[in-house]
Amino acid sequence: MGRLRGALLPLAVFALLAAAPFLGLGAGYMLNLLARGMILGIAALSLWLLVGGGGLVSLGHAAMLGVGAYAVVVLDAAGVTEALVVLPAAVLVAALFALLTGAVAIGTSGVHFIMITLAFGQMAFFTAGALSAYGGDDGYTLYGRTTVLGARWPEDRLAFHYLCLGLLAATLGLVQVLLASRFGRVLRAAKENPQRAQALGFNPYPYRLAAYAIAGGIAGLAGLLLANATEFVAPSYLAWQRSGDLLFMVILGGLGAPHGAVLGALAIVLLEEWLAEWTEHWRLIFGPLLVLAVLFLRGGLAGLPAQLRALRRG
Amino acid sequence: MAEPILRLDGLRKRFGGLAVTDDVTLLVAPRGLHAVIGPNGAGKTTLIHQVSGTLRPDAGRIWFEGRDVTALPMHRRARLGLARSFQITSVLPGFSVLENVALAVQARQGSSFRFMRPAASEARLNAAALAALERMGLAARAAVPAGALSHGEKRQLELAIALALEPRLLLLDEPLAGTGPEEAERLIGILSTLKRDHAILLVEHDMQAVFALADVISVLVYGKVIATGAPDAIRADPQVRAAYLGEDAA
Repeated sequence: MGRLRGALLPLAVFALLAAAPFLGLGAGYMLNLLARGMILGIAALSLWLLVGGGGLVSLGHAAMLGVGAYAVVVLDAAGVTEALVVLPAAVLVAALFALLTGAVAIGTSGVHFIMITLAFGQMAFFTAGALSAYGGDDGYTLYGRTTVLGARWPEDRLAFHYLCLGLLAATLGLVQVLLASRFGRVLRAAKENPQRAQALGFNPYPYRLAAYAIAGGIAGLAGLLLANATEFVAPSYLAWQRSGDLLFMVILGGLGAPHGAVLGALAIVLLEEWLAEWTEHWRLIFGPLLVLAVLFLRGGLAGLPAQLRALRRG
Repeated sequence: MAEPILRLDGLRKRFGGLAVTDDVTLLVAPRGLHAVIGPNGAGKTTLIHQVSGTLRPDAGRIWFEGRDVTALPMHRRARLGLARSFQITSVLPGFSVLENVALAVQARQGSSFRFMRPAASEARLNAAALAALERMGLAARAAVPAGALSHGEKRQLELAIALALEPRLLLLDEPLAGTGPEEAERLIGILSTLKRDHAILLVEHDMQAVFALADVISVLVYGKVIATGAPDAIRADPQVRAAYLGEDAA
């Protein structure tokens, strides 16, 4: 019963996303916005696996996303747009980047972990800016979107919408399966009480590193999708501000359940847009709203239903 | 004495100018309960930390089943069969009672690099975990989050976790700390059953419990072992009485 109740909110959100094209939101601009929300939702989910699942607060996660996007760029410049090549490339290169940087970062903890992930993120950011063959600081405009077995259907706005939705749902499912597995159990134990995990004979390091690489791969997928959504990739993809945004989505959404990351990403993308439409000083409203949300939504957006029920019961 | 399961050989640990472990040599038999007692600040917990691997000694060697484990980290020693309970209760509060123990079973059985199958529905893990809980009289609380247990129940859970590891040696750091008289009595009952088929190294404040349970007692004063022997011999040892037990021990 409790489990069913907990699934209501994410189910409703996914149903809304699936119905969005038929709810008069079919205008191109709105679908683009939702696609962006879902793509950042995938990236936020991967970060949630680290923060909510493993207690690893990374401030360099945008670099994984950017590495995935630049994999698309490099292949695009070489004339390769086939998903059978581009997709594994984006995922594996981002996972490999995560594995190598994680091997160093996971050895540290707390503030040091935050600083090291930030430093690696900035290194990737400046490297991207120095890639003059791929536009350097100005960024790179893709010749074309990724094709699937030579077909160009991802260029269709509606098809792309459902592609993102399907991948978002699959990512959420994957993160939940990982958390419930033996691996996820050790990861969660090492987060709750590292000393206890060690006393049981578990060295947290390889489990955390594996989670870091998996999260990197998922973020690489998000990078591929984002590059396709905008048909443009720039070093700003890897900027630490974007890492901060992702972290904010995760925290606003709530660390209690992975679907919180999806809620957080959608909420921030939509709120940003609507406020910006309304007034050019939108950041003056956005900031305080986020502060209030963190102060009063203790379980984040994902914990909102339970919080409301508790309020009603008094 | 049969080949000892644990041998501490000239162990030394200093914090600043203070020798907290001062040339400690100790043999623990492969069966029965060996208690380490000593007044506050004698260095009992520091000693346990060195045996379990939380602290590295400055000098000396630790041999576990004939193997030098001095340089091994805690998780490696745990894999060899050295299980410990913590003085400050250290269960996983967000995990259910059953999951706390099932994780210990998982540590002993097979690989934990399995990513797909839900661990909570693995009958093999749950059955062994439930058996350990039953031995501790906690089976009825299996589904409760560990954070919601009473203090005494948490101590029982600590023991269930340690047992589920099927350890070669149990290191118990003040398992009775903070328990009421009824809970303490229950835990003493559990420990007296356990020591029949386990090697236990116990650090404990509760003298009544120690003298009721121990087969061998070592007395630690200012980081030094001043006596080791059967409870009666320790009780009668004039040096121990002078240094530690005081007049009320008679």
